[in-house]
Amino acid sequence: MEINLTEQEIVRYSRHILLGEVGGTGQARLKAARVLLVGAGGLGSPLALYLAAAGIGTLGIVDDDRVDLSNLQRQVAHSTDRLGMAKVRSAAMAAQAINPETRIEAHETRLTAANAAALIAAYDLVCDGSDNFPTRFLVADACVAERRTLVSAAVLRFEGQLSVFKPHAGADLPCYRCLYPEPPPEGEVPSCAEAGVLGAVTGVMGTLQATEVLKEILGIGDSLAGCLLLWDALAARFRTVRLPRDPACPVCGREA
Amino acid sequence: MLQTEVMPPSLVLTLNGESRSLDAPLTVAGLIGRLGLDTRKVAVERNEAIVPRSAYHETWLEPGDALEIVHFIGGG
Repeated sequence: MEINLTEQEIVRYSRHILLGEVGGTGQARLKAARVLLVGAGGLGSPLALYLAAAGIGTLGIVDDDRVDLSNLQRQVAHSTDRLGMAKVRSAAMAAQAINPETRIEAHETRLTAANAAALIAAYDLVCDGSDNFPTRFLVADACVAERRTLVSAAVLRFEGQLSVFKPHAGADLPCYRCLYPEPPPEGEVPSCAEAGVLGAVTGVMGTLQATEVLKEILGIGDSLAGCLLLWDALAARFRTVRLPRDPACPVCGREA
Repeated sequence: MLQTEVMPPSLVLTLNGESRSLDAPLTVAGLIGRLGLDTRKVAVERNEAIVPRSAYHETWLEPGDALEIVHFIGGG
């Protein structure tokens, strides 16, 4: 890969370039990457800030929501003076303030069955930080269909879950539906608006998610694909368990 | 005495970090039923691996198994 970094970029990313696992080549790879964030909320905020800071070349952000006062306890890309602003615009401002070199593509729309495939196909890698099950399943299925790696995190109360789904990269690697085959019955699993969430928990999970995005792009370390990371903040306990492909999965199994 | 002879053997395992004694034989599907859980709202982890949903009926629990119920969450 050609290392195409300006003098300013070499200074800006010097602490990355110092890492043997990243170096100039890795930093150039981050600059060439196109990453889509689904949701500019509690997970999307640290994702947008850290991925822009890290020098991801193009960040797409899709969200149709506006900044509300009740968001600011955790959605650190937004601010009190931007109440009422479209979240994608507010997140773009926060990311650009950190790193004007990152190109932000703001999609002020809801992800739907009609636009999911085209949006997802336009990026190399997708991060799900959405706050509802219909969107999560839409993103997960479109990522399998378009063969895009999905870095997916979820939070509730004092808990977080994180995994990487890339069934296109190996016959034993699972998709989201190998873990959860179908959405839960409507109204039976609460949202953060209903059950609450500790703000810092979204910060940790979104930052772990950003770390896995960078690892996937750089191709370093152990991928979380085939594993599920679980965090119980109250117990101060992290665990990583194996997550195999379900041979009967309707989306990526043998019969699919 | 006759009653003791027909009692099913018990299965000692760890469930969510606590030791539990359950009637054997028992599958993952049977365990979920006994706990009154909705399979659409949980995943089951057995000995540090998620059990695929399609294997619930054929996965027989063994003494000493460590099981954790993972709750489906989707907040962002």
